[in-house]
Amino acid sequence: MSGTVSAQPVRTRGSSVIVVGGGVTGLSAGWWLARSGVDVLVLEKGVVGWEASGRNGGSTAHPFSPLFREEQRLWPEMDSLLGYPTEYQAHRLRVAMNEAQMAHYMRIIALAERQGSTWAPLDQRQLKELVPFVSDAAIGGVMCYYGGHANPQRTVQAFAWAMQDCSGRLQQHTTVTGICRHAGRVTGVMTDRGRYDCDVLVLAAGPQIAELAAMLGVTVPLASARVEMIITEPLPRLRYGGVDGNGIYGRQTLRGNLAYGGGPHEWLSSSAAEPPRRESTFIMRSLAKRLAELFPGAAHARVIRSWAGIVENTPDGRPVLCRLSDPDNAVIASMSSVGFGLSPASGRAVMELARDGACSFADLSALHLERFNTLPADWQARMGWQRDSVRGQ
Amino acid sequence: MIGNDPARLDAAKRPTPSAHVPLLVVGAGAAGLAAALAAAAAGVTTMLIEEQPVSADLMALDVPLHFGQRMARGAGNAALMERVLDSSPGLAEAYERGIDVQLGVCVWGIFPGSAAAHDAVPQLVGLADGARSWFVSCDRVIVASGARDLAIGFPGWEKPGVMGAQAALQLMQRYDAFTGTRMLVLGGGPLALAVVEAASAKGLTVVAAIEAEASSRHDDSAERFQECGVAFYGGWVIEEARGSVEVESAAIVRLDETGKPAAGSRTVLDCDTIVMSVGTVPNVELLDSIGCRMQFEPLRGGWVPSRGNDTATSTPNVYAIGDCAGLGADPTEEGRRVARAVAASLGMTAFAEAEPRIDRPHAADRSVQRARVWMQAQIAASGLDVCVCQCEEVTRRELIDLRPPRYLRATVPDAAPGGRNLQALAADGPLNQDQVKRLTRAGMGLCQGRRCRDQIQMLLEAAATSEPGAVPLARHRPPVRPLPLKVLAADEESAALRDHWVAWFNIATQWLAHWEAKPVPFAAPGQAPVIGDSE
Repeated sequence: MSGTVSAQPVRTRGSSVIVVGGGVTGLSAGWWLARSGVDVLVLEKGVVGWEASGRNGGSTAHPFSPLFREEQRLWPEMDSLLGYPTEYQAHRLRVAMNEAQMAHYMRIIALAERQGSTWAPLDQRQLKELVPFVSDAAIGGVMCYYGGHANPQRTVQAFAWAMQDCSGRLQQHTTVTGICRHAGRVTGVMTDRGRYDCDVLVLAAGPQIAELAAMLGVTVPLASARVEMIITEPLPRLRYGGVDGNGIYGRQTLRGNLAYGGGPHEWLSSSAAEPPRRESTFIMRSLAKRLAELFPGAAHARVIRSWAGIVENTPDGRPVLCRLSDPDNAVIASMSSVGFGLSPASGRAVMELARDGACSFADLSALHLERFNTLPADWQARMGWQRDSVRGQ
Repeated sequence: MIGNDPARLDAAKRPTPSAHVPLLVVGAGAAGLAAALAAAAAGVTTMLIEEQPVSADLMALDVPLHFGQRMARGAGNAALMERVLDSSPGLAEAYERGIDVQLGVCVWGIFPGSAAAHDAVPQLVGLADGARSWFVSCDRVIVASGARDLAIGFPGWEKPGVMGAQAALQLMQRYDAFTGTRMLVLGGGPLALAVVEAASAKGLTVVAAIEAEASSRHDDSAERFQECGVAFYGGWVIEEARGSVEVESAAIVRLDETGKPAAGSRTVLDCDTIVMSVGTVPNVELLDSIGCRMQFEPLRGGWVPSRGNDTATSTPNVYAIGDCAGLGADPTEEGRRVARAVAASLGMTAFAEAEPRIDRPHAADRSVQRARVWMQAQIAASGLDVCVCQCEEVTRRELIDLRPPRYLRATVPDAAPGGRNLQALAADGPLNQDQVKRLTRAGMGLCQGRRCRDQIQMLLEAAATSEPGAVPLARHRPPVRPLPLKVLAADEESAALRDHWVAWFNIATQWLAHWEAKPVPFAAPGQAPVIGDSE
C-alpha cells in the first residue's frame, strides 16, 4: 500500500492528502504531513478546534495507549517543534479521597511504570505542600513524573498555524457532503464548496466519522456523548497544575483558573438530524460540589464559565486508528473520546498510515477497525449508550 | 434498580427542584412586572425573580452592571430590600396579587426539560443568592433581563469612579446609594440626559456632558442639557481619566474635521465620577446561553433573540420581552402580550385567540451606531495602547495583533510569534470572537465579558472591515453570574447521579492496555461502574 501519495505539484482544487476534520487529531496529522513535504489540505466544517478538541481537560498522560511513549517523548518538544506555545507543563498529581480512587489511579500508573515512567507516593503533608488548598480528608496522592497538561485551544491553533507555515492548507467552513470513488479507490470529496480531489483521504472528524465512513460503505461503530467542564476565576498558581481527584479531572491553567470536568455523561441520539446541543447541563452543580470537596481552600473561587463538548466513543473505548483495506487509500482516525493529549503522537501515526501505509513507531494492530467485524448490530443498546428521549431538543 | 436503561437513568439523575411553578419570570423591571401581573391576573401561578438588591460582592465585580465602585457600603441588605421595594410600586402590587416575588435572587442558568411522552419533565431554572444555589422547575419562562451598560475604554477607564449609565441610574434612583459628587457624562443622547436629570434631582454636580458626534443631528441634545444647567461639548471625547487611585479629573479633547484631536483643545475637568452613557446593550446572556436563535438588529441595540409575534424564542417554553429582546419596545404592551401567550399555551382557552399582530414601529435606538462613532473617536484620541479587557489586561493593540496573553509571555519568553494577527486570522475564514478570545483571553475574565464584549466586537468588525453584526456574537455560558464553588455546589444530589458518577466514561477496556485485545465490555446487569480516569 505504500507509495500511494504522489509528489505532484499543488492542485488548487485538491491535494495529495485530504484530512476531513480540523480538530486536534486532524490538524496534527496535517502538520506532520506538511512538515514531511506532503501536499495536504484540512477541511473543517466550522472553525478549527471548535468541538471537543478545544473543550477538554488538556491532560497529556495516557499510559493505556500504544502511543503513550511517543506522547511522552513529543510533548516537551512541541512548543519548539510547532513554533507556537501550547502551554505544556510537565507532570501530574493524583489525589485520592478514598481507597477505591487510589486503587484505580494505581492500576493506570502501573501501566505507565511498565513503560518506563516513574512516580512517587505523596503523604498528606507532601500533598498539602504541593496543593495548599487540597482537602484534609484526602487519603493520599501520587506524583506522576510523566504526563502533564496543555492548553487545548492554543494547541489546536498552534497545529493549524504550524501546518500553514509548512505550506499545508486549511479550509474552514467547508462541510463534506460526499466521497468520490473510482475503481475501488477514493478520488476526492464533495463539499458544500465543490469538489476536492485527493490521493489519500483521512477521516478525523470525531463523531462525524461514522457518517463519513458510511459514505464509503464502511461501518465505524461510534456513539456520541456530551462531556462538560466548569472553570473558575484565576487563583494563585500551583507548582504542578495537573491535579485530578475525587471523581473529577482537570487542571489549573497557566493563568490560574481551575478547569474541571467529569460526571455521568449524557449519551446523545446518534440519528439526530440536528447537531446535538453543546450547552452544559445541571451536572455543573455536581462538578462544583466535587471540586469544592477536593479543594476546600478554593471553595470561594467563583465559577465564571462552563463548557460542554461532544465526543465519540467506540464500543471498547479505544481508538480506531487504521488504514482501510477497501478502499485502500482511506485512513480512519477516531480517538474514542481521548484525543487531545495523544494528538502529537496520533498525528504522526496518521501521517505514516497515509504516507507509508503503516505506523513505524507503535504497534497499532489492536486499534484496527477489523476488531469490530463481529460486533452485534445492537451494540449500542447493549452498552446502554442509547437514549430514546429527545431531551435537549 | 435503574440498571442501564438510559432513559430511566437520565430521569433519575435529574436533581429534585426546590419548587415547581407554572410560570417563572426573570426580572422585575417594567416588562417583567407587567408580564407577571398580567399572568397572575389571568390565573397563572407565577414566580417573579429579581436580582436586586445585588450583593456588594457582585457590584464590586461590575456585575451585572458597571458600578465602578460608586456604591455606598454599609447599607444592610434589609435596608436595600426596602429601598428596592419603595422605588418600584409594582412590586408591592405583585406581592398583593399573590405572586411569589423573590428579591436578591439571580437566575444563572436555564436547563431544558424533556419533551418525551413517557418522561415529560419541565425545564430547570438555576437560582442563587449570596449563600446557596437551587433549582426551580417551571412550565414556562419569561426572560425580562433588561439591558446592561455599554463600555468604551479610554486611558484610566479601569479606575474606580468610571461607571456605566444603567449602574448610575440604579444607584441614584433605586438604591439611594450613589457616592459620586462631581460627574462627567460621556454621551449626548437620551440615556446621557436621563443620567443628568437623575443627578440633578439628587443635587449632584454634573461638570459636563460630552458627545463624540460633532453635530447632534438626531436630537436636540445641546439645548436639553443646557436646560439642566449642564455644559454640553459636541464633537469632544475623553482623552484620559486622571487620579492617583480613583478618578480625580478628566482630560477631554475636541476632534477636528479630520477626526483627530485638535491642538490646544485639551481641557481638564475636576470630577470624581465618569459615567459612560453612550448606549446600552440588550442583556441576552441567559437567552444566548440556552441556545436561543439570535439576530442582529442595529436599531434595537444589536444582538437580540429571534421571536415570534407571541414573544416566544426559538427555545421551547422560553419567551423574551422588554429591553433584553430589543431596545425601544413598550414594556407594558410586551408584558401583556406574553402573559396572554403563556396563558393560552398552558391551556387557558379564554386566551386561545392570539392577540392581533401589532406592527407599531419600535422607537429606534441608536446605541449600536453611537458606540461605533465613539469607538472610532476614542481610538483617534487615545490610540491602541488602551486596555480593552480589564480582567485579563488585554489592550486594543494586543487584541488586533492577536498577541498571546501576558501570563504566557511571562512564562514562555518567545511566545509572541509575529505575523499572526487578526487580519491573518480573517484570511482563514470569518472572524469569530470566541476564537479570538481563546487566543488573547480578551473577554475571559471574572466580569464574564460585560465590560469588553462589545468593544471586542467592534474591533473585530473594524479589522475585518465588516458591517455591524457581521462578526457573530461571542457565546454566553452558564453560570451567567460568577458564583463561588461553594454556592454553586449541589447540596442535594440524586442517588442515581451519585452512584453513577464517573470521571470519564464507564468503559472498562478503555483503562486497560490497548495493545492487549479485549472483548467489547458489554455490561452485566447491575454491574458497578468503573471510576474512570482523566482526559
